[in-house]
Amino acid sequence: MTDLTNLGVKDIRDGVASGEFTAREIAEAFNAAVAEAASLNAFIVTTPDHALAAADAVDAKRAKGEDLGTMGGVPIGMKDLFATKGVQTTAASHILEGFNPQYESTVSQNLWDAGAGMLGKLNLDQFAMGSSNETSYFGNVNSPWRKAGSDAAMSPGGSSGGSSSAVAARIAPAATGTDTGGSIRQPAAFTGICGIKPTYGRCSRWGVVAFASSLDQAGPMARTVEDCAIMLEAMAGFDPKDATSLSMDVPAWEAGLSADLKGKRIGIPKEYRMDGTDEEILKSWEQGKEWLRDAGAEIVDVSLPHTKYALPAYYIVAPAEASSNLARYDGVRYGLRDLPDGAGLQDMYAATRAEGFGDEVKRRILIGTFVLSAGFYDAYYNQAQKVRTLVSRDFAEAFGQCDAILAPTTPTASFPLGSLNDDPLTMYLNDVFAVPASLAGLPAMSVPVTVNTDGLPLGLQIVGKPFDEQGVLNAGLAIQQRAGFDAKPEKWW
Amino acid sequence: MSVDKATVAKIASLARIKMGDEELERMVPELNGILDWVEQLGEVDVSGVEPMTAVIENHLRLRDDVVDADPKTAGGRREDVLANAPAAEHGFFGVPKVIE
Repeated sequence: MTDLTNLGVKDIRDGVASGEFTAREIAEAFNAAVAEAASLNAFIVTTPDHALAAADAVDAKRAKGEDLGTMGGVPIGMKDLFATKGVQTTAASHILEGFNPQYESTVSQNLWDAGAGMLGKLNLDQFAMGSSNETSYFGNVNSPWRKAGSDAAMSPGGSSGGSSSAVAARIAPAATGTDTGGSIRQPAAFTGICGIKPTYGRCSRWGVVAFASSLDQAGPMARTVEDCAIMLEAMAGFDPKDATSLSMDVPAWEAGLSADLKGKRIGIPKEYRMDGTDEEILKSWEQGKEWLRDAGAEIVDVSLPHTKYALPAYYIVAPAEASSNLARYDGVRYGLRDLPDGAGLQDMYAATRAEGFGDEVKRRILIGTFVLSAGFYDAYYNQAQKVRTLVSRDFAEAFGQCDAILAPTTPTASFPLGSLNDDPLTMYLNDVFAVPASLAGLPAMSVPVTVNTDGLPLGLQIVGKPFDEQGVLNAGLAIQQRAGFDAKPEKWW
Repeated sequence: MSVDKATVAKIASLARIKMGDEELERMVPELNGILDWVEQLGEVDVSGVEPMTAVIENHLRLRDDVVDADPKTAGGRREDVLANAPAAEHGFFGVPKVIE
């Protein structure tokens, strides 16, 4: 039998349904792979029993001839930002260490209802704040990839770094991610996998630890476009418990997949040709245009004039929302409490938060508090929200001339852990190509296309019109078929 | 605009994060670096532009006026609500004494 851990979502689901193997065999194979890969530090907790129980339920259904669900028999990794009933949920923070949710997030429940099981809770940047997975209280995540001829530990990207590492290392066929300003797409690009952030509102935020509520969106991370389509279909859907949930039917994205792009126009935004972008990435972008042309699309130049202002606007809007969202961690209702001798209530808040938050989280809370404070609100926050309107308007105008946009996902390939720690701004620049689509709430996907001369993966990004995940997936599929990306990290863990 | 140590101390106090001298001093250049960088937004002509309030057009729904319509967000779950509290007492959240 082939190594089951090389299989993706579709192959597992179809193989379980046809009886080629049992869901239990699959779950056991992945549980073993997870247990063997502790040195990646991709998981904060593992839940082999959850995976086995879900698998047994699927096998029992099959024996009775019942429907197995669109993810039937597929064990996945769950980013530790989703509340999972009875399983510690930390957002990779000390302040939530030991937090044991009494309820299940909508997205995770949707996945379990579709027949998926859980291998464990995946590590991430603390409260999803970071682009390298170095801000977790539970330690850095290692990418399974290494530069050719080096054994330096590389970043899996962030914030969904546990997700990207696990899927690239084939210790999980797929994983959930969340994307606030690139946290699905950038790690996917760094590790040679696919990841899609749907239109804002497609996936319920109920039960997802909040970072910046106007930007946070969940999405799947997997090794193929097809697997992403299947999993996104299972995750998405209207949820009355989330006020910004889209009251729309979930399209049949898997059934609608087509790599034929005849009649489609793909826009190339000239402002994404930025200084500091890696030459090999620019080359892969050119190659991407050729592939899409080959698939029948017409390539057109478009302009997104406010692109350079998207990242600074993001670094006002996101911290502002974070400072408000994270006010809930006060040592009273859940999580850590630090009560120094003789301390009053206010001292307890301040001590608890000092102890419970990491440096990057504190930095963002302070920035957010500052830009929202009296006297600075208009100059910073309001200005940023106006710029956000302009960024969004740029896309709306560009989509008058094209159906989707092709751009690099990141300006560079992955970097060694620890190499960008000195300067928060350099780290933030990782998301320069990812953030604009987040500010505009648009569906966007990263697809792996090649490895660079260091042997590290590179990804291309497709950004679509609101609600047009299908167009994004289809362009992604066209690229996937032509890129034929089949590089795998060499196993060292 | 740049911030000094006293301003950072004020912000930290507003954010209810206890910070010692050393930490405050470390934060000053870091925050100034970020603030200097976001300052470039001032170049953008935003005259007549409304600040964004909703990224994808949506309307605010009203739910049916039914008590406990969704059991997951309904009342009567005191044990669940208190389950993770660091100091729950007598069915309430416990906090340090606030009244002398």
